[in-house]
Parts: sequence; C-alpha cells; structure tokens
Amino acid sequence: MAPISKPAPTSHAAARALPIDRSESIFSDYKPAFTAHQATVEALRCLYCSDAPCMNACPTHIDVAQFIRKIATGNLHGSARTIFDANILGTSCARVCPVETLCAGACVYNQLGHPAIQIGRLQRFATDWALQSGEQFFQAGETTGKKVALIGAGPASLACAHELRRLGHSPTIFEKRQELGGLNTFGVAPHKMKADVSLQEVDWILGIGGIEVRTGVEVGKDVTFEQLERDFDAVFLGMGLGPDTPMPVPGEDLPGVVGAVAWIEDIKLKKVDLGAVRSVLVIGGGNTALDCVREALTLDIPDVRMVYRGTAAGMPGYQHEWKAAVLAGARAEWQAVPVAFEGQGRVQKAVCAKLDGKKQPTGEKVTLDADLVLLAIGQSKLGALVASLPGIVVDKGVVQAGADGATGRKGWYAGGDCRNGGKEVVNAAAEGKAAARGIDQYFRSK
Amino acid sequence: MPSLWTNCAGIQSPNPFWLASAPPANSGAQVQRAFDAGWGGAVWKTLGQPIQNVSSRFAGHTIGGVRGAGFNNIELITDRPLEVNFREIYETKLKYPKHAVVVSLMVETEEEWKDIIKRSIDAGADGLELNFGCPHGMCERGMGSAVGQEPKVNEKITSWAKQYSTVPVLVKLTPNVGDINPHGLAAKRGGADGVSLINTIKSIIGLDIDRFVMEPRVAGLSTNGGYCGAAVKPIALHMVAQLAQNPNFGLPISGIGGVTNWRDAVEFILLGSSSVQVCTEVMLKGYRIVEDMIEGLEGYMKSHGFETIDQMVGKAIPNYTHWGDLDLNYEIVAKINEKSCIGCQACLVACMDGAHQCIHPQEGTRVPRVDESECVGCNLCKIVCPVPDCITMAEVDNGYAPASWNEYLYQGKAIRPKKGAH
Repeated sequence: MAPISKPAPTSHAAARALPIDRSESIFSDYKPAFTAHQATVEALRCLYCSDAPCMNACPTHIDVAQFIRKIATGNLHGSARTIFDANILGTSCARVCPVETLCAGACVYNQLGHPAIQIGRLQRFATDWALQSGEQFFQAGETTGKKVALIGAGPASLACAHELRRLGHSPTIFEKRQELGGLNTFGVAPHKMKADVSLQEVDWILGIGGIEVRTGVEVGKDVTFEQLERDFDAVFLGMGLGPDTPMPVPGEDLPGVVGAVAWIEDIKLKKVDLGAVRSVLVIGGGNTALDCVREALTLDIPDVRMVYRGTAAGMPGYQHEWKAAVLAGARAEWQAVPVAFEGQGRVQKAVCAKLDGKKQPTGEKVTLDADLVLLAIGQSKLGALVASLPGIVVDKGVVQAGADGATGRKGWYAGGDCRNGGKEVVNAAAEGKAAARGIDQYFRSK
Repeated sequence: MPSLWTNCAGIQSPNPFWLASAPPANSGAQVQRAFDAGWGGAVWKTLGQPIQNVSSRFAGHTIGGVRGAGFNNIELITDRPLEVNFREIYETKLKYPKHAVVVSLMVETEEEWKDIIKRSIDAGADGLELNFGCPHGMCERGMGSAVGQEPKVNEKITSWAKQYSTVPVLVKLTPNVGDINPHGLAAKRGGADGVSLINTIKSIIGLDIDRFVMEPRVAGLSTNGGYCGAAVKPIALHMVAQLAQNPNFGLPISGIGGVTNWRDAVEFILLGSSSVQVCTEVMLKGYRIVEDMIEGLEGYMKSHGFETIDQMVGKAIPNYTHWGDLDLNYEIVAKINEKSCIGCQACLVACMDGAHQCIHPQEGTRVPRVDESECVGCNLCKIVCPVPDCITMAEVDNGYAPASWNEYLYQGKAIRPKKGAH
C-alpha cells in the first residue's frame, strides 16, 4: 500500500550547510531504506503480539506492534505518531539502535528460528516519511511559565526539552558548539546515520516551537552554574561525555595517533585526506572501536586491525557488529595492548604487549604497522564539572540520579551519557523524557 | 499411475483443467499456448455480437499484501469478429484434436442462437457453454445474468440450444441468486447436459478514496463488475455442493470460482465437479501454473488411491449435511504445546477479545494456559497461532453418546451441558 499522501519537502538549513564532499558522504546505509512495498510486506509478517516482547525490550517502550500494523494499512501518519509519542528521537533511533540486542532481539520469531521483524527499518520507513512531511505531531502544552536550563544539545537534552514543551514548560538548551545533535551529529558511524539526518531531526524536534537554543555557550565558562540556578526553575544535565581517553605510552604524541571520537567527527563533518594511510590500528574492543574499523574499511584503507586486550568472545562491542566487520575485511590482534608508538615524524609502528587470559602481560611482544592509530578506549566523564555543587553525587565521573532523573540537588536532573556512563541514543532519549516528567512533577509538588 | 482423463457431460479432455471463458481464452494463439503448457481444455471467450469495451476494465483486491486475492472486471464478451474466432477454433481443433474446446455463447433471439450454434459446431466445438451468468453490461441488454436469474428464460433458451446442437450443452449459472437450485433445475428441464458454475459475483471491489469513485475507473465514473479470484472460492464451493447434493439435479458439473492450485481443484472435484475451470489465477500468473496443478492432482490421487477422476467426483458430498444433524455432544478443547510455543500470545488476545475468555497468561512464562473446563473448542486460537501444530484440538470423552439437535428435539436424546455460556 502506498503512503497515504506524498510529503512535501522541508528546508533544513543546518543540514544543507554541511560540506557535500565530506568523507562520510561516500558511505552507504548498511540497513537501507525500505521501499513502500518492502515495508508493507515486512509489516504484514508481524505477529502483532499481545504485550509484545519487542515493546518491553525498548527503553522508550515504543508500541512496536501498533506502529507496524499502521504501516501495513498505509497509515504512516499514525505509525509515526505512535513512535514519536514514545520517543521523539525515533528517526535517529531507527538507524542507530542495536535492534539485534533490543526489540528485534526480543521478537518471538527468533524462538521459531525465523528472521526477526526488521523493526529498525520499518521505524525508519515511518519516521522518514514524517520528517519529509515536516508535520508536527504534538503541540506545546499550556504555558506554565516554568523555565528549565538544559546543558548540551544531544539526544538526552532534545528528548527532555521536547517533553517539557509538551508539558507547557519553557526549555533553554545551552550548547558549546555551533551545531546541535551531540553524538548523533558528530559521533554516529556514517553507515548507520550521516550528520545531515541528525541535523534534520533536530530541526524537526525544535519545530514544536518554544525551545530556546543558545549555541557557542559553554556552561561553567561562559555562563556559571550559579547563574543557571538563579535564572531557571530547574536544570537538566545532558552534557554527555568528554574527549577521548588518552593512552599514556611513549609516542602517544606522534602525529597519526588520534582519539577515535575526534576522528569520527572529522570524517562526518569534513573531507579528511587519507591518501597516505595504508594501515590502521584501532585500539579498544567496544562499539566505538568497531565503528572505526568499519569506517576505515569503507574509506578503502587496505589493512585495518583492531587491537584488544581480551578475546573476541569477551569484547564489549556487539558481536553482530564484529561479524559484519570481519565480512568487510577486518582483522584483530586479540589479547594485546600497545606499550609504545614509534615512527619518524609520524606514527609508523605500534609495539604491543601480548596478554594472557587475565589480561596480564605474557612477556611476549608484537610490533604492528600503523600509519594511523585510533584510540577507542573510552571517553572522559564530565561529572567533575558539577561535582562541586552541593547535593550532586558523582561516582567515577558519572552523575548519580534516580529513575526520574533527579540528582541529590533540588531541581537538578540528569540524563544520557553523563548519567549512564555512555549507552545508546535510545537510553538517552528515555532518560531525557523521564527527567522531563520528573521535572514536571517537581514543579507540581512545589 | 492415476488417469486424469476427464469426461464432463460428454466433453472429454486429457485432464480436468480447463481455461474458463475469459481473456486467457480469447484467441487461438492463446488457447494453443495454453494446451502446450498442459491445459486439458478451454472454454472460448464468449461469442456473440462483438462489442466495444471500455478502458480500464479490471481491478484487484489486495488482501494481506497479496495482490489480486480478489479480482473484478467490467469487460464484456468477445470484441473480435466472429469469423476470426471461428477460423481460430477450427485451426485449434485441427492441431489439438484430443483437447476440449468448448465455445461459450451469448446472443438474444432464437434465430441468432440457431445460427451461432451451427457455426460453432461447424468450426469444431466439442461442446457449448451458454453464458447465462455475466453480471455486468450484457445483463443490461437482456443477456447474461438477466437470463440466469429467470428460470423460465433459462429453460427456454437452453431448450433452443439443445434443439440446434449436436454437441453437449453446458449452462453457465450465475451466483447472483438467492438459491442456486431452481436455476440448475431450470437448465435441466431445458435439456442441458451439464452446468458450469459459478460465473462472477456482482460486486464493487473498492474505491479510489481520493477521487470518490469505484474501481475500475472509466474517466470519472465506474460501474459494478464481476467478482472472482481466490476470494470467491468459498461461495463457489457452496453453490457447486448445493447442486451436487440435490437428488433432483444429478447433472455433471464443471466447477469454477477461485481455483488457484491443485488443492482448490481437488476440493471442487470432491464436492461434485467433473472438470474445473480457471481464469483469474491464469490472468495473474500465466498458463504455466497448470504444470503444478497436474502434478499436485496426480500426487493427491496416488496418495489417496484414486485411479480415475470419476472416483473422486462428489466424494465429500455424503459428509455435507445440515447444522441440525451435527453431533452436539462431540467435544474438543485446545491444547498448547509448551515446547513449540513462541510466546506471541496471539491466541490469548484472540480468545479474550474474540472468543470465550478461556486462554490466560501464566506467571513466569509467556506460554498461555487453556482453561479446558471453559474451552468451547471453537478453533480460533488454532487459526491465529503462527506456529505449525503448536495448538491442536483434542477430543474429550465426555461420556455422552452422539446426539444432534434434531435427535434432541424429535427423539429426546441427551445433550451435554453448555460450556462457556454463563
């Protein structure tokens, strides 16, 4: 069944301002868009489970069975509304969610040995239609006059701000960069989502109206926490994570040794010259490392290798992502850790210590060629920024908060990576929305 | 090896699969290609005074993503010159002497019937089919279903045809009647050698909801058409069975209506058809579907020990009875196989919302539980379950001897207490 009406294209100025020849533009979607017929056929496979396991597996509890049925009947407007009602970042989540471990992983078809419903691609079908239409599904609530400051313009703050608007409150987002969207814009692997899609989504979310955005303003520097507390009725901490964690070994300052998140950002926003790079080492075994591996392969670097302290089975990154990387030509040096980077003028080699099953050095060493070393061993936690505020508890850099996002400081809430230590976009969306509800309750109880 | 040789009302063919009178049997080249593909016979697209057609003519009903699960048309009878049709019938019979070529006819006056029957037989027709069924266009001109709905007119024209024909005459009946029996009996009184049914069902297949006009659309207007395709099979089976079980009827039947594969064909034969006619599935998929139909039918006959088609015809008719003769004491309950259940709970919600509220969730598992003391054995859970053989219906020995409603009413037999009726 064809979409019920053809959406009119909308203008997304920020997305159009991105360079057309940026490095990520050569990437194709690893889960491409469905055609209308594909979507209908896939939607009709859905068993429309009662109390569906997919819905329960989603951190934002999207009513998956319901939105899929609406695709099958051609009711794309209703389908998108169901998605966005639960998760206003449904567009990016459709692309970046690890559905294999969340909704699709819970699909009962897995029990039958049949392929799970392709929930991410169906969600993309409905949300792409909605974004192209430019239609707004929700209206701002009756104005309460309550002002909320949100720190950071990533998924958590966007979800929080949008929900606050639905509840009638007045959010202001502070963002130190010029571009919005946080890691959705700067950090998502291009084969999952490109920066322009994130910027379009941000535009569309802000389309509810009444969300003030102040870019180029760094909280703690350009504006103090005290000022926020004075000028606003509540504060939401959604500043995410900080820069890549450095690797303090000899040669870490050599040109060509760079942080993974910083490198991904370059790929996404600029054209990066990789002409001389023949071999890449990606240090780490998490999902950022896996993203880097697949990106380097797509950028035609012939020798791409992951260096991880443990084994393939023990890596924190998703197994389905690693399998896909292997198919694309990736290799790995398991049970190894760099102890020095060497090279004349720029990095050429990495000397790695081999590790045993307990990740202790065996004494053996291996030297690997590397024109480029990407450090994907984590990002710094930003909890320290607010640790000095009385009442706020920070544990290992992570802001501590309850299910409603409330920190120990009255009127201060937190969500997303700064609160969960670094999880998926869908977790940030769920936490941001929950915090908005928490803030609303807080206003009502005052 | 079972024989598929078919004799329907004296019209013989290598197998029971005939093209129905419709676009796939519009020309000699088509019918000959169909015979090459394996079709046993063809009922030539209805001949009469050639007409002018409209565009568009067809519309499909998509059900569950299946395009053309239902189908309708507003096309009329042949639009090609009669002499061309007769020449091609002649050529086809020359090349395919063993295949059945039945010529469908629709004209108005006795003189016209006399003339067109003679020309058909001269061209080599093995049989004639009187089109008393077409429910669109031609009926407005006093032909097609306008004839089929009037037993007296049906009988009269059939008798003309029998008077002038030297080959078997089939009367094609319209389903657009309350009860098919008087119409089948009228054909019999007129002397018909057999009947074919069903023709298409008067229908509006759907609307273009942006233009506020039905499909198929002709400029800004549309009209009702004839419904056919897989979706009509249940209606066709019923009408075929009604005539097959009528002790006063007894004529051979060529079954038509929603036959898409060999299983459908087996069903029509078991309910009394000695040949089956196919149109819509050929329009959607082409002549080559007959290969599977032949193999499937042969396989079925082998596995069930049938050597001839005749042995199958009407085999299920003795088991077709009235509701009042069904055993009220026969009791079945649903059983869910916990090992194969995937926990979709489709059965649970169907039973709760659509049946008798006897399937319940259980703590600690997504496998639902059947309350057998409440289960009425309705089949709904089994119908919605996506896992083959996960839900089965098990017979319960309740100690009651069989007793139908009629036996309860007129003989005072005991019936068991109702379940799920509180």
